[in-house]
Amino acid sequence: MAETRWTSTDGDVEHESPEGPMLLVGTRKGLWLVGADATRSRWSVAGPAFLGHVVHHAVVDPRDRRTLLVAARTGHLGPTVLRSTDVGRSFVEATRPPAFASGDLLGRALRAVFWLTPGHADEPGAWYAGGIPQGLFRSEDGGDTWAPVPGWNDHPRWADWAEWPEEGTPDGSMLHSVNVDPRDPRHLYLGLSGGGVFESVDGGGDWAPLNAGSVATFLPDPEPEYGHDPHCVRLHPLRPDRLYQQNHCGIYRMERTDGRWVRIGDNMPGDVGDIGFPIELHPRDPDTVWVFPMDGTDVWPRTSPDGRPAVYVTRDAGEQWRRLDRGLPERGWLTVKRQAMSVDAGDPVGVYFGTTGGEVWASRDEGGEWSCVLRHLPEVYSVEVADPTERD
Amino acid sequence: MKVRIPTPLRSYTAGRAEVEASGATVGEVLEHLDRQYPGIRFRMVDEQGRVRPHMKVFVDDEAVRDLEASVSDAHEVTIMQALSGG
Repeated sequence: MAETRWTSTDGDVEHESPEGPMLLVGTRKGLWLVGADATRSRWSVAGPAFLGHVVHHAVVDPRDRRTLLVAARTGHLGPTVLRSTDVGRSFVEATRPPAFASGDLLGRALRAVFWLTPGHADEPGAWYAGGIPQGLFRSEDGGDTWAPVPGWNDHPRWADWAEWPEEGTPDGSMLHSVNVDPRDPRHLYLGLSGGGVFESVDGGGDWAPLNAGSVATFLPDPEPEYGHDPHCVRLHPLRPDRLYQQNHCGIYRMERTDGRWVRIGDNMPGDVGDIGFPIELHPRDPDTVWVFPMDGTDVWPRTSPDGRPAVYVTRDAGEQWRRLDRGLPERGWLTVKRQAMSVDAGDPVGVYFGTTGGEVWASRDEGGEWSCVLRHLPEVYSVEVADPTERD
Repeated sequence: MKVRIPTPLRSYTAGRAEVEASGATVGEVLEHLDRQYPGIRFRMVDEQGRVRPHMKVFVDDEAVRDLEASVSDAHEVTIMQALSGG
């Protein structure tokens, strides 16, 4: 995308570079950039970059506001990370992409880089990557060279936690939701599908399961120590002892001081349920959370319950939920994957999601009204926001 | 020796379909390729030294999965990749 050309989303009219938030839309067939004007009402698109590559995740570094990492592979070529230091105008491949150690005792080979998380604000250039299978990797140089995190990958209990060598989920068992405590770069959380939520307080040297209170109805013991299936785990940056997760078995909140997950999804309407993939937090209000429920009944169609798509929001940390569907189709069988929902830092907050049907939806009023800003893309795997302040 | 490059890997060879590389084994040839075109080997061979599934390396007309297989300048190496999937 060396010559980033922005055009209108409904034609080929050339636009100026967008001044508002920019969405990084990773799809099964490449990366698109979707940008808004300052009012977030007019959208333009640039791309595709890496057409034909599976893009699991694309993230801008909030610390330098310019580095953009893309987790990519094709159907048969090995996984890699592509880097831009000019917010997507040009890319180079990582010199040493994430990989397990050569001679790994379990013979593991990385099939995909699935998740990217920028490191702590005090560690510029540090990044974490989660893989399929469930390896954890770290870069110290802005994603150019990567090394395994041995405290995780070689943990004596890793094979049990990761259910190695079984493949627990249809797309392979993945490591996702790496969260870094903003108060302490050594305090980390991650999610395994399957395996559960895990925590380290020593920079990844040692780990422990953190699943008390969450259920795994697909196991003989529904409340095991590990083996759960968190779909997406988020820590609130302004209240880092509060965690939320959208799990295969419900929506949960944890106050870390309590150490126990509470199923706040029990407060969702019974006919909608509390199954889904993504969960997104308000950047300034730790009590406000958005989810996109899906049908987890019968054979798990994973589409909108009863074909009536809606986002749900809570404003009180999960006590009550409100349906947000104005502007969404009355009938639609949408699926939104775990990386495919995001928020910006605007006031009011902009909320965005991409569907497996190749649509990108936006709300500039915290979900009050939705509009489809782009359609006919390949299956959307991820939507992340680069706020305008990150592109100055 | 001559090495034929499939289209998915030509972003590494500036679009060239045929390049030159040397080595006494297939593995050495791929390592020489990687020195000339950094990153190309890891897309074909995983971190445990296994040719990735759906990638094939031919020495002349013979498919080879053992990177220790001998080659010489008299041979031609062809790298192929299945294009299955939708």
